Amino acid sequence: MNDMTPDRNERKANLKGLGSSRKRVEDLRFTQGKGNYVDDIKLEGMLHGDFVRSPYAHARIKSINTDAAMALDGVLAVLTAKDLEPLGLHWMPTLAGDKQMVLADGKVLFQGQEVAYVVAKDRYIAADGAELVEVEYEELPVLVDPFEALKSDVVLREDLDPKADGAHGPRKHHNHIFTWEVGEKEATEQVLDSSDVVAEEMVYYHRTHPCPLETCGCVASMDKVNGKLTLYGTFQAPHAIRTVVSLISGLEEHNIRVISPDIGGGFGNKVGAYPGYVCSVVASIVTGLPVKWVEDRMENLMTTAFARDYWMKGKISATKEGKITGLWCHTTADHGGFDACADPTKFPAGFMNICTGSYDIPTAYLAVDGVYTNKAPGGVAYRCSFRVTEAAYFIERMIEVLAIELNMDAAELRRINFIKQDQFPYTSALGWEYDSGDYHTAWDKALVAVGYDDLRKEQAQRVEDFKAGKTRKLLGIGLTHFTEIVGAGPVKNCDILGLGMFDSCEIRIHPTGSAIARLGTISQGQGHATTFAQILASEIGLPADSITIEEGDTDTAPYGLGTYGSRSTPVAGAATAMAGRKIRAKAQMIAAYMLEVHDDDVEFDVDRFVVKGAPERFKTMKEIAFAAYNQAIPGIEPGLEAVSYYDPPNMTYPFGAYICVMEIDVDTGEHEIRQFYALDDCGTRINPMIIEGQVHGGLTEALAIAMGQEIAYDNMGNVKTGTLMDFFLPTAWETPNYTTDHTTTPSPHHPIGAKGVGESPNVGGVPAFSNAVHDAFRAFGLRQVHMPHDHWRIWKTANDLGLHG
Amino acid sequence: MSGKMQIKLKVNGEDHEFLAEPRELLVHALRERLNLTGSHVGCETGHCGVCTVTLNGKSVKSCTMFVAQADGAELTTVEGMGSPDNLHVLQEAFREHHGLQCGYCTPGMIMRAAKLLEEIPNPTEEQVRFGMAGNLCRCTGYQNIVKSIMAAASEMNSAKEAAQ
Repeated sequence: MNDMTPDRNERKANLKGLGSSRKRVEDLRFTQGKGNYVDDIKLEGMLHGDFVRSPYAHARIKSINTDAAMALDGVLAVLTAKDLEPLGLHWMPTLAGDKQMVLADGKVLFQGQEVAYVVAKDRYIAADGAELVEVEYEELPVLVDPFEALKSDVVLREDLDPKADGAHGPRKHHNHIFTWEVGEKEATEQVLDSSDVVAEEMVYYHRTHPCPLETCGCVASMDKVNGKLTLYGTFQAPHAIRTVVSLISGLEEHNIRVISPDIGGGFGNKVGAYPGYVCSVVASIVTGLPVKWVEDRMENLMTTAFARDYWMKGKISATKEGKITGLWCHTTADHGGFDACADPTKFPAGFMNICTGSYDIPTAYLAVDGVYTNKAPGGVAYRCSFRVTEAAYFIERMIEVLAIELNMDAAELRRINFIKQDQFPYTSALGWEYDSGDYHTAWDKALVAVGYDDLRKEQAQRVEDFKAGKTRKLLGIGLTHFTEIVGAGPVKNCDILGLGMFDSCEIRIHPTGSAIARLGTISQGQGHATTFAQILASEIGLPADSITIEEGDTDTAPYGLGTYGSRSTPVAGAATAMAGRKIRAKAQMIAAYMLEVHDDDVEFDVDRFVVKGAPERFKTMKEIAFAAYNQAIPGIEPGLEAVSYYDPPNMTYPFGAYICVMEIDVDTGEHEIRQFYALDDCGTRINPMIIEGQVHGGLTEALAIAMGQEIAYDNMGNVKTGTLMDFFLPTAWETPNYTTDHTTTPSPHHPIGAKGVGESPNVGGVPAFSNAVHDAFRAFGLRQVHMPHDHWRIWKTANDLGLHG
Repeated sequence: MSGKMQIKLKVNGEDHEFLAEPRELLVHALRERLNLTGSHVGCETGHCGVCTVTLNGKSVKSCTMFVAQADGAELTTVEGMGSPDNLHVLQEAFREHHGLQCGYCTPGMIMRAAKLLEEIPNPTEEQVRFGMAGNLCRCTGYQNIVKSIMAAASEMNSAKEAAQ
């Protein structure tokens, strides 16, 4: 060692490993407009597909005449269910164990449903062709209300035997899909009956849509010379798509290459398999030419993967001192025309059974009934882990309602019911084992940060002033303490279509000490190329800047289940660390050989192996990498590579405390967010800059959902919010600045203690915004009003409470 | 469809001349004829702004304009904003302040921000938020976009002062 040798901290900083706010490697191409999204792909001779879609929500198809379309110059093919039937592709399996029409087979079940697929030389001609397809419909009675659907004689799914079991057991009615029960029904009902206080409420989490700015799309390219199909697409789970395509097309999996290029936001919308993909693949096989299909915004909002639409009837009981004794929930879940929810197979209502939240609730019961209606299929996890948003909204509303019932401060009610730090790992009444948490610390920090006591005083004064006619604005303090459940998941209970939900990483170290790592996940803006390199940098002692991360090409990346449900860091991130440790184990042997000592006599130190007790004797990882390729080491294979498939032993449970302070104008229904404080605990923090960015984004999506965004239908099943004119996405003008904060409670079972964060702000944000609205009106008797809290609905709430004089 | 029109465009300093149907959208001409795929398509109704380009000195949404309407115009797209070796101040600032995530809205954001800073060289945060309200982002929550633009403004102003 000499003076020129950087010290340990300097060496560590050079790696840009865990905890570094490393700038993103993705940004150079994106800021220059050089991203490569699906619609940017241009292949020789490429054709374009476009759909004929149903204007009706429920109708029988009497006839389809494609002659005029086929006669149009530039149209090469028009596919209908009849054309797909001989291939067995007129229906396809859904991720939820149901099946879905690829093209309308005799009837349509929702507005916008795919009826025919026109293939043409360019996208304009394809659209012209779609206009020329003549479809004769016979309208059928429309069911848009799930409660009505369960009583109606109208049979939506005539293809299903009403007496036969569904994918999740017996069906109660021809429009019923499944019943899912967790917890103890009788015990919970007994507790409710015998408790001092019971609060009861119907909490509706309305239907909405992930609406990434890039819509869904694909390019299918069948090379008939070598028999290989390449499918480029906006896939959040490219490997699963490859397996699905193989299973339904009969093409052998090695002859299918699925590529997810850059993806312009996913948020759950791009998890599922859509008719557009199947039709494009068929069209490419038939024509022998590449076929592109990209949906427009209306198609996106109307047909691909909505989210939520849960009617959650709740009862929560407590002692008169406020200690919660029991929780009961019955949910009616509107799944639309087909059950195409994206949930692990054994969880037809996702992780809704995390609905006991952050609280130590001794007894609980949850039942969910899935229902068919004349709405689009979906029910995806929109920036959440499989219905955890619904669960968090439910419990955080029920807590507020209980606080009203008890005439108690809602912050205090939470505090006395939190699971205590020494109770972790904590097994909930509905069967989850929470890995770690320190809720009281986070909560107290949050309350102090916003000056909670003063806010309550200000609010009380505001109510007085309002009553005295001195102001027309009310003040709402929206509290939320959420517990997430992410990182699906352990193969023993988590699979999708039978594929275990592990994930993977493969690393190759190059001779000069740089590396490439490939993963089974795919970034849609999360910055994986930046953060996964940081995990590796800390594990293998090579600078993150020397590590390329590659995802999304099934020919090169190891098998994995993709990116959604905040699973990338908990699962693929763990695989990355474990693969890194395999590299390190081999590096240790090489270093020991080079230093002529026993393996056990060297130890890892940031970016090198040093001889124990003799730090001046070391080999850097760079030197070791070179040795792996140029030295004949007895008993050790050349090269330095590793692969890890990681099956997580448990889910991870990030949590957070959010507080929203909102001013509400009683006369206009307008709101102003005066302050939003978000404390997140996602365990070990990989890149604080990226975490903060994720929190800002997730909170803004939560703002949209809580304050205006919805997929609304009229009684005829017409989608009323099919464009960005009607579907609310907040602009910079409506979006507040957020204050972010954190505590750090590492996951005890994750190799680096990380828990995942991307979805927390959406999960916790929605109840925080909604609770603020409710809280503003609490003094005037409001218990529960449904989201979204747009200006009109807030005005109406004020009006219903008699506040307009 | 028949009846093609002769269209002349100057894009990022280069002249282009081609025949196009009157109904062809400007964004499709840019993306598919000229292979300038930095301008994206997001909503087809002019709300999201991922297709924003500069046309004769003004910000326009190229998805709600026919290429025929742009005949004879001078355009700048994100591809004309800097080179890999010499990034535009805004491109640097977005990277520095984490003003992007999935990148889909970024070209439109940068195009609009550049124009905004010409219109208001020293904007307040409120002016930035209002001036950028025609460009949607689903990932960032805007906070770091605003930060990026404010930082770029300050840097551009310092550079101007230094030059004077």
